[in-house]
Amino acid sequence: MIQERTLLIRSDLDIVSARVEGRDMAKALGFGTIDQARIATAISELARNVVLYAGEGTVSIRPAEKGGRKGIEVVCEDKGPGIEDVSVVMQDGYSTSRGLGMGLPGAKRLMDDFEIDSQVGVGTKIIVRKWLR
Amino acid sequence: MATELIRIPILQIEDFLVASIQVALHDRSAVQFRDDLLQRIFDTKAKGLIIDLTAVDIVDSFIGRLIGDVAEMAALMGTRVVVSGLQPAVAITLTELGLELPGIITALNLEKGIAILRRQVSQDSDTEEEAQ
Repeated sequence: MIQERTLLIRSDLDIVSARVEGRDMAKALGFGTIDQARIATAISELARNVVLYAGEGTVSIRPAEKGGRKGIEVVCEDKGPGIEDVSVVMQDGYSTSRGLGMGLPGAKRLMDDFEIDSQVGVGTKIIVRKWLR
Repeated sequence: MATELIRIPILQIEDFLVASIQVALHDRSAVQFRDDLLQRIFDTKAKGLIIDLTAVDIVDSFIGRLIGDVAEMAALMGTRVVVSGLQPAVAITLTELGLELPGIITALNLEKGIAILRRQVSQDSDTEEEAQ
């Protein structure tokens, strides 16, 4: 039985811990090396946004199941400033701005499901999932 | 919270510098690595630099961009950069992130990387002679 893991994200060291944790769980769930890298990289992008824009937040990683399909779910939450216009940060190219890219379109492409809920002054919650093939 | 920076060893072989990343780099260590590389290029007047990623299984947008920056900055200093040993998963995730690292010369492994650098550097010196 694989347990959910929640990690506090406050610094660049926590980004590394979160992606290691994600990769380990992905491996345990049966994902191949390329999907493990996709999942770990997506976690890295999400966790970095937390550190850069919110200062602190959490990343929870857990097994997922839907309609007989098995996979992994990552929930990234912060109580940061929130995103005013989500459609803008989801534009490709927005992340290529030098230095502090948001990396959200990248994370979306690496995963199968991507849900974002953000409110200015309240915070941001992003859920991503990858399904086993 | 004081955290220790990880320093990546930079080795010199003939006119080239070789740095092989063997650990998961957090952001501050990656920035330190970039600065160390540029300083060593300046100190040694190296003609080429190889960044070997054989042992790296995750390159996110931050590290990917940083490697691109090193190549650009080294080029400004007159040094050629080759990135070697990209794992298939790393190549795939970089492309999916939208970071194709344009302008970066890549090699399958360290040995081929050195061969590429040797060729490039000898071409560079030929052009220099012609110009004189």
